[in-house]
Amino acid sequence: MSEFIDRGGQEVIGVARVEGPIVVVDGAGSVGYDEVVEVFDSRGRVRRGRVLEVGEDVAVVEVFAGTTGLSIDDTRVRFLGQPLRIPVTEEMLGRIFDGMGTPIDGGPEPLADHYADINGQPINPTARVYPRDYIQTGISAIDGMNTLVMGQKLPIFSGSGLPHDQLAAQIVRQATLGAPVGETPTQAAEFVIVFAAMGVKHDVAAYFRDSFAESGALTRVAMFLNLADDPPVERLVTPRVALTLAEYLAFERQMHVLVILTDMTNYCEALRQISNIRGEVPSRKGYPGYLYSDLASIYERTGRIKTSKGSITQLPILTMPNDDITHPVPDLTGYITEGQIVLSRDLAYQGIYPPIAVLPSLSRLMKDGIGEGRTRADHSHLSAQLYASYAHVQDVRALASVIGEEELSTVDRQYLEFGRAFEQEFVNQGPTENRTIEETLNIGWRLLSILPPEELTRVSPDEIQQYYRK
Amino acid sequence: MSWQIGTVTWINGPVVRARGSRQVSMLEVVEVGDEHLVGEVIGLEGDIITIQVYEETSGMRPGAPVYGTGMPLSVELGPGLLRSIFDGIQRPLPVLEMRSGSFIGRGVHLTPLYRKDRWQFTPRVKAGDYVTGGSILGTVPETPALEHRVLVPPDLEGTLTWVAPAGEYTIDEPIARLRTENGEQELTMLQRWPVRRPRPYRSRLAPAEPLITGQRVLDTFFPLAKGGAAAIPGGFGAGKTVAQHQIAKWADAQVVVYIGCGERGNEMTEVLQEFPELVDPRSGRPLMERTVLIANTSNMPVAAREASIYTGITIAEYYRDMGYHVALMADSTSRWAEALREISGRLEEMPAEEGYPAYLAARLAEFYERAGYVETLNGERGSVSIIGAVSPPGGDFSEPVTQHTKRFIRCFWALDKALASARHFPSVNWLESYSEYVDDMADWWREQVERDWQTMRGQAMTILTEESRLERIVKLVGPDALPDEQRLILETARLLREGFLQQSALDEVDAYSPVQKQIRMLDLILHFHQRAQRIIKRGALIVMIHDLPVVNKLMRMKTLVANDQLEKLDDIRRELDEQMDQLEAEYR
Ligand SMILES: Nc1ncnc2c1ncn2[C@@H]1O[C@H](COP(=O)(O)OP(=O)(O)O)[C@@H](O)[C@H]1O
Ligand SMILES: [Mg+2]
Repeated sequence: MSEFIDRGGQEVIGVARVEGPIVVVDGAGSVGYDEVVEVFDSRGRVRRGRVLEVGEDVAVVEVFAGTTGLSIDDTRVRFLGQPLRIPVTEEMLGRIFDGMGTPIDGGPEPLADHYADINGQPINPTARVYPRDYIQTGISAIDGMNTLVMGQKLPIFSGSGLPHDQLAAQIVRQATLGAPVGETPTQAAEFVIVFAAMGVKHDVAAYFRDSFAESGALTRVAMFLNLADDPPVERLVTPRVALTLAEYLAFERQMHVLVILTDMTNYCEALRQISNIRGEVPSRKGYPGYLYSDLASIYERTGRIKTSKGSITQLPILTMPNDDITHPVPDLTGYITEGQIVLSRDLAYQGIYPPIAVLPSLSRLMKDGIGEGRTRADHSHLSAQLYASYAHVQDVRALASVIGEEELSTVDRQYLEFGRAFEQEFVNQGPTENRTIEETLNIGWRLLSILPPEELTRVSPDEIQQYYRK
Repeated sequence: MSWQIGTVTWINGPVVRARGSRQVSMLEVVEVGDEHLVGEVIGLEGDIITIQVYEETSGMRPGAPVYGTGMPLSVELGPGLLRSIFDGIQRPLPVLEMRSGSFIGRGVHLTPLYRKDRWQFTPRVKAGDYVTGGSILGTVPETPALEHRVLVPPDLEGTLTWVAPAGEYTIDEPIARLRTENGEQELTMLQRWPVRRPRPYRSRLAPAEPLITGQRVLDTFFPLAKGGAAAIPGGFGAGKTVAQHQIAKWADAQVVVYIGCGERGNEMTEVLQEFPELVDPRSGRPLMERTVLIANTSNMPVAAREASIYTGITIAEYYRDMGYHVALMADSTSRWAEALREISGRLEEMPAEEGYPAYLAARLAEFYERAGYVETLNGERGSVSIIGAVSPPGGDFSEPVTQHTKRFIRCFWALDKALASARHFPSVNWLESYSEYVDDMADWWREQVERDWQTMRGQAMTILTEESRLERIVKLVGPDALPDEQRLILETARLLREGFLQQSALDEVDAYSPVQKQIRMLDLILHFHQRAQRIIKRGALIVMIHDLPVVNKLMRMKTLVANDQLEKLDDIRRELDEQMDQLEAEYR
């Protein structure tokens, strides 16, 4: 539903070159960089594209739907003289769109008096409000160890076949504005959800849709679907369209918006494809040198600003090719986002759900979102202790595999027990189990009590006094 | 003031080509299109001008006008820099916010320094004095934390014909008149300097004192000299930014320039929110009063990211020239290098390693060479220390930016993913990191702290190195196979790691550790080791040492002992001796 209004854009008949999703158009005068085009094939069917590079009478255009069926002589290109824009309105909640923002649910085009450029504009750092209000997800490995904060961008790093979709759906179902232990949230934050699918299978989209429907959230969700069999280049637009709506809802309609972007790896592949066809100098693994900046232009569209009560929280999902966290997609994502939730195949094999690998996971905004008056005073120390102890478990396990469990010292055997319990009782929980922050913290202390108190140097003697139970 | 010099012929993201005048010069600032977007000439060939544009070029068309300014990319220098936050080309972000709202608009032209403020100027010279570049004309209390010294611009000298009396002036108003060889010239508190040209000084001095950061692993183990250059490489989440923030907060520099280069918006917001609240332990004033922030976040235009580093370092040099110690942090130099790569790629230049242009090393060298401890033009001493974060892809230090950076710095703080995921922070790997300033700093410790720091540091390093060797054995056979003397090394190393090296930036007491506390903590741990060694030689078992109550105290002393109660460390030492004495008595 991008704008089709004809602004008297110029039209060129015939193109000079077609390669992959790219057409090169000669003879167009004064075309704007990044402007939208409409490309008509010989039968007059239209598809949209965008100008990637422009010279005095040549323009390089990427065609979102691909170039199949376009010929050199019969292709008509109309330049619309403006960047891609979409209408934004609250009415888009409860609706389903394709990856370009056109309704596919049989309903009418949304009526809006406001159109926004899908590229957005960078938020001025002085206009931001540093995010500090935590979101209770009811999932211990997140709330206790990697607390999510309203206005944070926290991706899920997953692998094929791992339950990232279930986890994301559970977060969406359970997310509420957090409150300190013993208090109820003063403000019942109702999240609205903007969901963008890039190159995922139909059943994934259906899974989310059903999950939203089951929890009665469907009227609060806008879905933008570019599925596996949709044109790959469109994927470059989908997250931007979704975020443009999210920005409108958060910053102009004062709503708390949760944005799910899945799967960012597919997005990056589309970007790589375009880059390679254009013959750009690649950096790592064939991805363009500007992948970092490009991803940042998506992920940084998150947060809070002074002029609105609303917020955008992003939960991008990406699958790590070969489970490799150093692959450019997770790597550059991790450099931009405010932490990551890493899923582990090992834990999944052991039947642990959610299989969150706590050690490589991180929430950078946790430190300011927890503690006294936010969660509980001991939270920061408790999680540091759980991290340290669980990290030591890994060493002990390695040692045990060499010398045998029987040969371990008493303390080390206690560590093994702690490790098992931590995975089984703290990380592991039901897909519908919704733990309060207090429950999560208390499980943490119960498990730490498996270890002798002298081992607990990250928590204070007072905290040991108060919470440690032998 | 600008005039048309050409018209745009080609646009590819931030890179634009134009056809026009052959009088345009390399690195001249130009304005592009009807919106007058700021750009810089980065290539000339015949009548083709290649420009990098510091703002988003979306919608720009061939045929758009290009205007010249005749000036290279410059920054404004004068009172009002401190407490400010600028973008990469020195636009003041709060003013930008007032102008274009929460989102950064295009083509907004703003003067970097606010013109209407009046500053209390006190002259230090009088009419008739002969002054040269760098001479102090007078002073301005720029913030309660810092006296701004108004300098004669570096390239001027002559006799003063008039000096303004003490009073309040704006930065545009004349405060002196100077008769030079080329005629009389009015001087104001406002100066400009081209960012890509290092500001001159009289001579370089050898590094002689450490930049104290209050971070034990840095100050005690891998010290950075004032005027030195350090790199902090580390994968994502390893702790680069927290380390940079810690240094910006606690370093004993008089001025801090913090450049957020291609990183997160929220991190700059965090600094903006925190620094006015935090108090500098030395001046007792809010940290913001000594700080200049430059923010070109990852989603802001990439060419301005490239410029931000130069904008920052020029401001740092300016305060150095007043005779101050300045610490500059750049987070992250890798994003700056990537900006170079991106521009270079769009120019279709021949890439060298991993797509980076061949001149990457030269640019890094130029940047780090602007660090230094110098005698300024007016004979004062000042320094610029550079601390650059490096973000190697996949955390792999063999990549070009880390490797080239290593050639130009002398302090390498290698952050370690494994330590970070075990939440050992700062995750500075003590085996991989180094400081080439250690020898140069020994005298300072002897004189200022009155301790033989270098020897103590050496002993601690030996224990840590030995530990890593022993750990390899333990991994194969378990700790029980080691003789107790060696197990003591593991025990002491654990104390060093957890009790000393580990330092939480979030802890109220431990975020900052004064050098006196550092050296006394280290002394205690070494003392523990020596005493335990003796007792073990006499046949005591390692478990007896391990179970001494004082071990837990040593582990916690960093937070138990407040920075203004260091005498409590003596109590711990007494306890340690008592418990050791007792044990020793059993093994006479
Ligand atoms: N000195 C420290 N003390 C406590 N926590 C730290 C420290 N350094 C890093 N951290 C933790 O690690 C996280 C990531 O650090 P950060 O500096 O943002 O990493 P990087 O910049 O290398 O990606 C922080 O959010 C914080 O939780
Ligand atoms: Mg960082």
